[in-house]
Amino acid sequence: MRNDTDSLPRRDSRKERIARNRLHPDHDAVLAEMLGTSQVGPSLWPGPNGLARRNPHRVGFSGPNGIKRIDRSGAQTNTSLNSRNERPAVAVDPRKTVEIETPAFLIAVVPDLPGGRLSAHDRDLLGLARQLADADPAMPGAVLAMVFGAIREDGFGTAGVDRLLHSLTHSLTHTLIHSADQSPGLGASSNTQCSPEERLAVLADVERELSPRHWLLPDSAIGGADLGRRLAARLSERPATQVWQINQDTKGKRCSGLGAAGSTDINRPLPRLVLALAECAEPVAMTRHAARPMTLPAPLSRMPGRIQDLGAVSVNPATVALGEAEFILAAGRGVSDWAGFHNAAAIMGATEGASRVAVDDGFMARDRQVGASGTWVTARVYFAVGISGAIQHLQGIQSCDKVVSINLDPHCDMVKRADLAVIGDADEILAALVALQQRLQEKKDAA
Amino acid sequence: MPHKVLAKTAHADGPGIAVLVSIGRHPLTGRTRRADQDARAYELAFSIAGARTALVHAGQNDAESEPALRGYLGMVGAPEAGENTVERLALIEQAAGADVLPALADALRELAPELVLCGMRAETGEGSGMLPYLLAEWLGWPIVSGVAQVESVNDGVVTLLQALPRGQRRRLSVRLPAIVTVDSAAPGARPSAFGPARRGVLAVSAAASMPDEVRAGWLTAPARKRPKRLKIITASSARDRFKAAAAKTQGGGGKVLTGVSSEIGADAIQALLKEEGVLPS
Repeated sequence: MRNDTDSLPRRDSRKERIARNRLHPDHDAVLAEMLGTSQVGPSLWPGPNGLARRNPHRVGFSGPNGIKRIDRSGAQTNTSLNSRNERPAVAVDPRKTVEIETPAFLIAVVPDLPGGRLSAHDRDLLGLARQLADADPAMPGAVLAMVFGAIREDGFGTAGVDRLLHSLTHSLTHTLIHSADQSPGLGASSNTQCSPEERLAVLADVERELSPRHWLLPDSAIGGADLGRRLAARLSERPATQVWQINQDTKGKRCSGLGAAGSTDINRPLPRLVLALAECAEPVAMTRHAARPMTLPAPLSRMPGRIQDLGAVSVNPATVALGEAEFILAAGRGVSDWAGFHNAAAIMGATEGASRVAVDDGFMARDRQVGASGTWVTARVYFAVGISGAIQHLQGIQSCDKVVSINLDPHCDMVKRADLAVIGDADEILAALVALQQRLQEKKDAA
Repeated sequence: MPHKVLAKTAHADGPGIAVLVSIGRHPLTGRTRRADQDARAYELAFSIAGARTALVHAGQNDAESEPALRGYLGMVGAPEAGENTVERLALIEQAAGADVLPALADALRELAPELVLCGMRAETGEGSGMLPYLLAEWLGWPIVSGVAQVESVNDGVVTLLQALPRGQRRRLSVRLPAIVTVDSAAPGARPSAFGPARRGVLAVSAAASMPDEVRAGWLTAPARKRPKRLKIITASSARDRFKAAAAKTQGGGGKVLTGVSSEIGADAIQALLKEEGVLPS
């Protein structure tokens, strides 16, 4: 007789059979018992180095004949084999949280914040600031963002900001006065308020109190270029302007920027103050920073401003250059009621554009042509009426955010490109739109 | 002497204006020419009624720069519109590669204009656009950048229209004396006439040049075309990465309204335009 504690391994062929048979009702329990764990692990889990690890046995589902199938089209992601044991995967933010408690130095960034939000240029600039701050992992610096006026952005942390200094020095009354006459489409706010001398005084306070190692500003027409040059003159620092790259040399950091109206590249040692172009660095993607609010000690008394902002001027959209118009109403072959078209553009406050056909047929001026042989437009909203979208025309509207189209042909390229396409007669729909807009304005006038 | 320039051209009792002009470079041929923005600044000076304008240039005085400077003298004002033609350009001679800031600041102190007009940045050299800001800091004057139009100059205050992106304009009033830089949004310069350009006088005066030693250590090369940024794909799974790589850049996700009445279509369009905030409210 053998006793039960002998060293020979005993195999339970029934359990082995169940463990092999994924369709068996006891499969999970048996598998868990054989593996020595109470629970069978998930099919996908983050490994120690952040890499996703997966158990190939636990991916997929049983097909009609009991054959295991893996559907990679994404339609079956949650119906894995033993889904009843698995919790539905929670979308985990892959970004690593970084806290810099005692920074070795500060990198000050003054983003433009058009409309109170970070622009793509601002994000690139913050990416550049992170490059400078994280250059030495043993002594990380902190990125300090200086923001003015009303803020609508809540993603400062994910954009790479460690410290946030929000200055409300602009008298709020200014904002209130001008909020009435600013068009809503510009996202206008006190961020576009012209008060460079007040902002400069705040930046000079920051320089005195915190003395950051570098100042980074966007070299953009919205305000960064002006403010940065003012700051450079005030601090008596020679800035590097139109910088598109910063790199590390054996002798130290150097930067490359454009000179002589963009015709030369100037490579020089990195100065304290940098005015950088868009796409100067990759924006921060993989880390999340604290964006901890900071306050300055009481500022010095301010000199009364010598520059007074009298507010935005209403501009006739018809006179705005096509290349910089924000909202374009463009006509093509599908338009036959030209008086109605011009009227619609006037009522909707749009700049007029045209396809090549409309220009060649003499209905529109040559300087209104959109496309490869006309103007490459940068409008935020492009409204194509009766344009089916030749490739040359679509090239011209590449950088438009939203495209609206009216066309008779539901399969044309413009309808494919459009965010909203209405299939129908262009003149009729435009007339209906004008009537709708007029009714709205009458209602407003009556109220 | 620069301080005589304002008196010479004083036909009217309007504001004294100094236009700082530089030597431009044609982007294709590379030949010297009127700098585009400086010529626009001079054009803006013509639009100010009764202006006593002085043209000031600090730089080299050689065969290459002379035709470019004479280009400014060839811009003739229409007497019937009350425009004064400037027949004299004050050339403050400086060595090649010198920092012209001290010389210009001295000249402006002597000239004592009420308004200084210039372009945003030079077309040659470093082209950093710092000069007007440094002048403003040295002289203690306010500075406004990117101006498209001067509306009025009176009672020691100038009213300006500043060019903003998207063709928008902002009205500013600035206390004089002030420095105003001119954007490419300002009206284009009138063509330069050959005869007046030949007859115009370059009033050369000497000033000490301060060599720019810092800049001598920089490496300057013809600009390379910057590479376009590639699309950054931060997808976690292979399937997402493949989808992002294989996706067409445009199209998809658009709403198509077929077989609806024109009223319903117009309604949908109006809703979208309103959401984008482009319709006048």
